[in-house]
Amino acid sequence: MTTQRTSGRRKQAFAAVAAVAALLTTAACGGGGDDGGDKGSATGAAGFNAANNKVAQASLAKKGGELKFAGAQDADSWDTTRGYYGFMWNFARYYSRQLVTSATEPGAKGAALTPDLATGLAKVTDDGKTYTYTLRDGITWEDGKPITSKDVKYGIERVWAQDVLSGGPVYLKDVLDPKGEYKGPYKDSSADKLGLKAIDTPDDKTIVFHLPEANADFEEILALVSASPVRQDKDTKSKYGLKPFSSGPYKFQSYSPGKDLVLVRNDKWSQASDPIRKAYPDKISVKFFSNANDLDARLLAGDYDLDINQTGLSPQGRTTALQEHKANLDNPVSGYIRYATFPQSVKPFDNEHCRKAVIYGADHVSLQTARGGPVAGGDIGTNMLPPTVPGSEGQSYDPYELNGANKNGNVAKAKEELKACGKPNGFKTTIAVRNNKPVEVATAESLQASLKKVGIDVNIDQFDGSQTSGIIGSPSNVKKKGYGIIIMGWGADFGSVQGFGLPLWDGKYILESGNNNFALIDDKKINGLFDTYVKTQDDAGKLAIAKDINHAVMEGGYYLPFVFEKFVNWRGDRLANVYTSDAFSGMYDFVNLGLKSAK
Amino acid sequence: MTAPLHEPTAEAAPSAAEEAAVNAGVKAVQGRSLGRIAWERLKRDKLALAGGIVVLFLIAVALLAPVITSLYGQDPNAYNDKDLIDPLFGTPKGSFGGISGDHWLGVEPVNGRDIFARIVYGARISLLVGFLSAIVAVIIGTVLGVLAGFFGGWVDSAISRVMDGLLAFPQLLFIIALVSVMPNNMLGLSGTGVRLFVMILVIGFFGWPYIGRVVRGQTLSLREREYVEAARSLGAGRLYILFKELLPNLVAPIIVYTTMMIPTNILTEAALSFLGVGVKPPTASWGQMLSNAIDYYKSDPTYMVVPGVAIFITVLAFNLFGDGVRDALDPKGSR
Repeated sequence: MTTQRTSGRRKQAFAAVAAVAALLTTAACGGGGDDGGDKGSATGAAGFNAANNKVAQASLAKKGGELKFAGAQDADSWDTTRGYYGFMWNFARYYSRQLVTSATEPGAKGAALTPDLATGLAKVTDDGKTYTYTLRDGITWEDGKPITSKDVKYGIERVWAQDVLSGGPVYLKDVLDPKGEYKGPYKDSSADKLGLKAIDTPDDKTIVFHLPEANADFEEILALVSASPVRQDKDTKSKYGLKPFSSGPYKFQSYSPGKDLVLVRNDKWSQASDPIRKAYPDKISVKFFSNANDLDARLLAGDYDLDINQTGLSPQGRTTALQEHKANLDNPVSGYIRYATFPQSVKPFDNEHCRKAVIYGADHVSLQTARGGPVAGGDIGTNMLPPTVPGSEGQSYDPYELNGANKNGNVAKAKEELKACGKPNGFKTTIAVRNNKPVEVATAESLQASLKKVGIDVNIDQFDGSQTSGIIGSPSNVKKKGYGIIIMGWGADFGSVQGFGLPLWDGKYILESGNNNFALIDDKKINGLFDTYVKTQDDAGKLAIAKDINHAVMEGGYYLPFVFEKFVNWRGDRLANVYTSDAFSGMYDFVNLGLKSAK
Repeated sequence: MTAPLHEPTAEAAPSAAEEAAVNAGVKAVQGRSLGRIAWERLKRDKLALAGGIVVLFLIAVALLAPVITSLYGQDPNAYNDKDLIDPLFGTPKGSFGGISGDHWLGVEPVNGRDIFARIVYGARISLLVGFLSAIVAVIIGTVLGVLAGFFGGWVDSAISRVMDGLLAFPQLLFIIALVSVMPNNMLGLSGTGVRLFVMILVIGFFGWPYIGRVVRGQTLSLREREYVEAARSLGAGRLYILFKELLPNLVAPIIVYTTMMIPTNILTEAALSFLGVGVKPPTASWGQMLSNAIDYYKSDPTYMVVPGVAIFITVLAFNLFGDGVRDALDPKGSR
């Protein structure tokens, strides 16, 4: 999952929850300078970090009013099957419901799953190969008709129609139909278009999933918005994203792509049928800006309540906000790791010592400053599992002492590695970096400057960020261009080592185009660990494997992590019942935001 | 009454001394070449002269960049982020973007590189691209302009249509597209070298029609002048007419257009670097600095002002100088 595409979901893995909570606490202590901001401000803002992993001003939320979002980027699609941006998954809960979804709780508790359309979590039988759900009573579409198990099945089947509905996550397809036998509902020859064999709908209230192979994260995958119900007679195929048919508390009133979006109350939705959504505001509007600085200025002026993209303020707005409106800010961990990786197809990075020379030679404090510093950039990354993924050890696992002895770059050690690699005088290589964000280029320049001291001469090649999948996602192009170092970021699709690491580290996921395993890791040990992971049902076992995978990846020297990303997020004065959720990678949980006044 | 044939006046009977003086004056006038007249005029134009001095100064700075920075004691690419940057905001510590005795114009946000050293090195890129692409444009423009004007007929039509086409071409978009598909290594150049080479060539290539049109127009009118007719009727060959009769008279407009073209090219380079398709990091370029500064215009305005002023002064100096040269070379000029 790339830049904006993120979301994380997690099972109730209490050990991990405790570990993450401990980490976040230490991070908060280490942050410093927060005193005074916490008491709230004259404008009514709750205080610095008041909504970070806890609920701010829940009691002030009133029913009614217009919640105003603003953003610099529209969703890739509002079609539940096609959206892949994390904020779209978050926002989609306003107008779509799933069998199960993330709990509407702050922080790590938000990553736990809770029943939504279903009456309870799955009844798992047959060694983890059969999942059964019963639907609630009183669940309806925006025209008042009941939502049936067939609607859920049809919605899921749409994932198979990748030729028409591309863009969204395809985990459902990979898990339920790994051989690709089903051709999708639009090419389905059966009369009801419900030909997918892996899903049974014995009656309107029951849905049964039959997995060919057990997958430990299947329920997490069902909680993605791509598993939302879609009604066949309302399916406008590729145009569905312009006006999705609502199953949630709000429905589309108007939408002009890239300009604005307005949702209004869906009066057919009943609070009694929905234990999760509070549906405070009467109206939800989104306005899109083309300029991030303009957007930040309008947020700070109070014209809008929050940023729908939830990627944090840009440097300009951030500086002003930190100086003048600190009580309106939260500083959550985003669940992203920013990193550099070394394609093994490009010499001399086939040799692990040359890779390690870069890891040791890099100045990690400089890289952190380039990313925005400890507050806006994040803590120095020391391994490849972000703090929001179960099994993460945070900064305590630091095999290369990136946050310790080698913080400022260790030239001597890097030269040793160069010698071991057979390049005692260094070498020349090229960094590939996206050009659409200044911080990306700034990190590349920082790496270039510190590697120069080691004798590694680096040329920076900036490429169009929207062409990522064809440029660095194509291993043959990477080899041809000689991209020895690729700078990227990654966040989990759902909160597990599978949801984060499978596309990055499993040999099976080396693709000809749209590849994300940039380092071309095809390691028997790592592949084997992933195979064991999906079959493991107990949480402790899953955590242990997650840890092992992370260690194996780090020991191979495939990655140079920069930061465990944090961002500085704006919370408008009017907002009430605000909290960040690990389910959405540190974003505010949109669905239960309220306003302090109905005006 | 008849008018006297000879009126005995002082004028009619000049003394020997006066005669010598007059003769000397005539000689002095005859000795003043076109270039000399132009120079005399230019000298009297204070603004143009000031512009010229600044241009010379900038050229000296660009040529001596390594000497200047080593005397000054700062490397343009050295990071000072640990001591000079506030990690919370990424902006320089201290007021006015970190201006100090060591860093005369402050340091860049985030990485703490010295702005003065980078401005000095940035002058190299600006002037290099400005001059070389102007030369490319002048060479192509003069040759094709003269050919079109002198030969006329289908040659003229063909060349003129090509010029029209190029003038209608979205130059900037083309350069952006071209630069982004250029390989990293080409003709023994790599990285910034390739980018510079491509920029110079392409800016020059798109600049030639402007000069080509002027040269063609001049050639068309000169071709019909009496002295050319005279040379032709005396049996002078085409080459003789081209090189001895026409080209010397084209020098003035060519010089004028060249001096006016350089600042435009400098701005184009700045624009390309601003858009991220100019020179590659860490090479310093004014446009790139300006582009980086946008994110800090409020928290560190100095960073934006400095490269902005550098571009402004350079372009202004070249324009003032160019204007002066045009006035000086214009035979109808009042000065």
